[in-house]
Amino acid sequence: MSEMSVHAGPHAAPTSFIRKYVFSLDHKVIGLQYYGLALAAVVAGMVLSWIMRVHLVWPNAPIPGLGWLSKVGAPGGVVTPEYYLQLLTMHGTLMVFFVLTNAPFAAFGNYFLPIQIGAEDMAFPRFNMVSFWTTFVAFCILLSAFFVGDGPPLSGWTGYAPLSAVGADAGPGQGIGQSLWGISILVFCIASLLGSLNFIATTLDLRTKGMTLSRMPIVTWAWFITSCISLLAFAVLLPACLLLILDRVAGTSFFIPAGLNVADHIQPHQGGSPLLWQHLFWFFGHPEVYIAILPAIGIVSHILICNMRRDMLSHRVIIYCMMAIGFLSYMVWGHHMFLSGMNPFSALVFSFPTLMITIPATIMTLIWLGSLYGSNLRINSASLFCLGFISMFVSGGVSGFFLAQPSIDIYLHATYFVVGHFHMVMGVAAIMGVFAGTYFWFPKMTGRMMNETLGKWHFYLTLIGTYAIFMPFHYLGLAGNVRRYSAFQDDFLVPLIPVHKFITYAALFTGAAQLIFMVNLVHSRFKGSAAPPNPWECTSLEWSTPSSPPPFDNFGGQHPVVHHDPYQYGVKSSTGDYVMQTSPEQTEVAS
Amino acid sequence: MATVLQPPQAEFEQDPPRQRAGGGGGGFRNLAPNGGPVRLVNDPSTSSTPTGIWVGLAAIAMSFAALTSALYVREGSGYADWTHISLPPVLWFNTAALVLSSITLERARLRVAAYMRGEENRRSLAMLWLNASMLLGLIFVVGQYFAWLQLRSQGLYLPTNPNSSFFYVLTGVHVIHVLGGLGGLSRVMLKFRSTTHGLRRSTMDATSYYWHFMGVLWIYLLFILWLKL
Repeated sequence: MSEMSVHAGPHAAPTSFIRKYVFSLDHKVIGLQYYGLALAAVVAGMVLSWIMRVHLVWPNAPIPGLGWLSKVGAPGGVVTPEYYLQLLTMHGTLMVFFVLTNAPFAAFGNYFLPIQIGAEDMAFPRFNMVSFWTTFVAFCILLSAFFVGDGPPLSGWTGYAPLSAVGADAGPGQGIGQSLWGISILVFCIASLLGSLNFIATTLDLRTKGMTLSRMPIVTWAWFITSCISLLAFAVLLPACLLLILDRVAGTSFFIPAGLNVADHIQPHQGGSPLLWQHLFWFFGHPEVYIAILPAIGIVSHILICNMRRDMLSHRVIIYCMMAIGFLSYMVWGHHMFLSGMNPFSALVFSFPTLMITIPATIMTLIWLGSLYGSNLRINSASLFCLGFISMFVSGGVSGFFLAQPSIDIYLHATYFVVGHFHMVMGVAAIMGVFAGTYFWFPKMTGRMMNETLGKWHFYLTLIGTYAIFMPFHYLGLAGNVRRYSAFQDDFLVPLIPVHKFITYAALFTGAAQLIFMVNLVHSRFKGSAAPPNPWECTSLEWSTPSSPPPFDNFGGQHPVVHHDPYQYGVKSSTGDYVMQTSPEQTEVAS
Repeated sequence: MATVLQPPQAEFEQDPPRQRAGGGGGGFRNLAPNGGPVRLVNDPSTSSTPTGIWVGLAAIAMSFAALTSALYVREGSGYADWTHISLPPVLWFNTAALVLSSITLERARLRVAAYMRGEENRRSLAMLWLNASMLLGLIFVVGQYFAWLQLRSQGLYLPTNPNSSFFYVLTGVHVIHVLGGLGGLSRVMLKFRSTTHGLRRSTMDATSYYWHFMGVLWIYLLFILWLKL
């Protein structure tokens, strides 16, 4: 072995517990840390949604333990209307930022992007560590809002100004709680920017020999495109949060108009523009939707190809579609503001690219369905969740056609129809992608298999449960049920309460079904059967590592050489019907 | 638990990975010349630093685009509180200092490169230009502080009116980024002087790209401030 064969890698192997598991530079450990953080956030967010659902149908029922959390917001455990909005704000913020941004993108991306391109680590391992711990700090700051002052803010995850900007006059939680929210999101932006920078530099610079851009798997492309979107989106939210915080603490008037009377108190501000906040926020906010869903699209496509044992009709078209979606995502923010008071003619301008986004989304869907048609799909937990993803993506996406049109949005705006739409297409679909990724990559991450029977039960119950929750939301919205109400007392809403009861039961049932996943996750981690090197017979580089989980430098001091496109399935080869990307073997297509 | 597995039949190489960075054939590679017969660098590998800097600059550009867009929207919000303020004259002096610092840093970069190639034996000449750049950068930061004092003396504070708010925010956020650049410059100087920690060419280049960008960004901001405030 020549001297050149001994390489140190980007950083030395950690030895102490702290450097190995806490302040680790290893992208795999950091990926798992993101996953753990997302898991904690999703449990918290889901519990909040249960409390809201229970309160909506039994408004006077005391909820055990809630009185301890907030004596003012939930005296005796009964949620006040203001506290309902506070819970709603925290549910949205936790889910969008700390679950949907972290799990499919930061967690799986951190773990698998470097391995899939044949690198030993991220381009900037220290930045990577800082990214995670900065995100963790943002998470702690956000949760601390529950325990200080009069609780968390009530202005929603979108933090609309002037409600979010004027301070304590605006209601419970709008003092210190809203400030903590702003600081938390600002810190989260910094973490996301560092993370995105790392993903981009790693993908561009650290690809191994033979790993051309066109040979990267779809999911690697998805993380790369997502990091580009994330870089530009969070770079806008960051200064927006800065201006919001200055309005709150320094007396500036960026977002607060003149003569604003809140709680019989004329606000000492002048001339600010509430619409300015909405412009800045949604310029980030709509791309954020794709930051959540594009990695899931990549994960699902990657897993489906492996389980279909053949390439997509065109996996490159899926990559082009993701690029088109990423590009168009910056032109559509105004569709969140059709009824905000902006120039009505602008609505048409934003409606057009919004409808255009449906074209690449539809092309992708048709490619998935066309590829699945006639394929001999291997049915396992991962592939089932992929099918669930497609189902949710289509069901939730179709309602987007309606909402993209300003004339229809006048009626449906701020109703449960919108809530159903984005929960299905952005929330549940992305979570289905995360579940698929978990079942698929668990053997690589832990060296053990997950229980397939429990996985399938988890899938069927989750699919039925989530449809039972969110499909009726569309009906409620069409019936005129306004969102954000904490109780339904109007004549036209009272007849809808049975539907809400059904949804609440479904939410509790679906939440309970997630215990199957948690049990499977923990049990398999310690007691699962040992995983073979490549249990799914997949071709990409993560299945070429010398052990599961991979060693700290991923390939044990060696570096893979790539010879093939990522999806060489349905061929005749010495290994069966597939050829690893690293194999120099030339193959022919199986007849 | 780590299950040790036999690797599948595959081709692996044993060479140092970072020499092959971007070796996929389509890699972005190092934009700056690297390696070569360098005195202080024994590590022949490429670095992702220049790529990281370009990506970081894109994010910074986007942030300032958002802030200046906000300025335009705020001005157009229709309320009659948009009153013009006269820019503190010290800004022109500060601008000259920052532009000059870019020139001296470019001289420093050439001298550092010449020293690394062995064409120049004196480290002190390169250090002189680096010190000059650092000094001019500090003068800019102190000058901006004087600009804020001048505004304060006119009774214009952060919340006084939208013009002063935007002035303080834009100049303040820019100064924070300039301080980051000064931090980078300090790192370059420490590594250049160190006999144990070599300065990589890519670090020098990336720091200078960042610094020049701060100058260009400031001229853009000054133009916006002059035009709109």
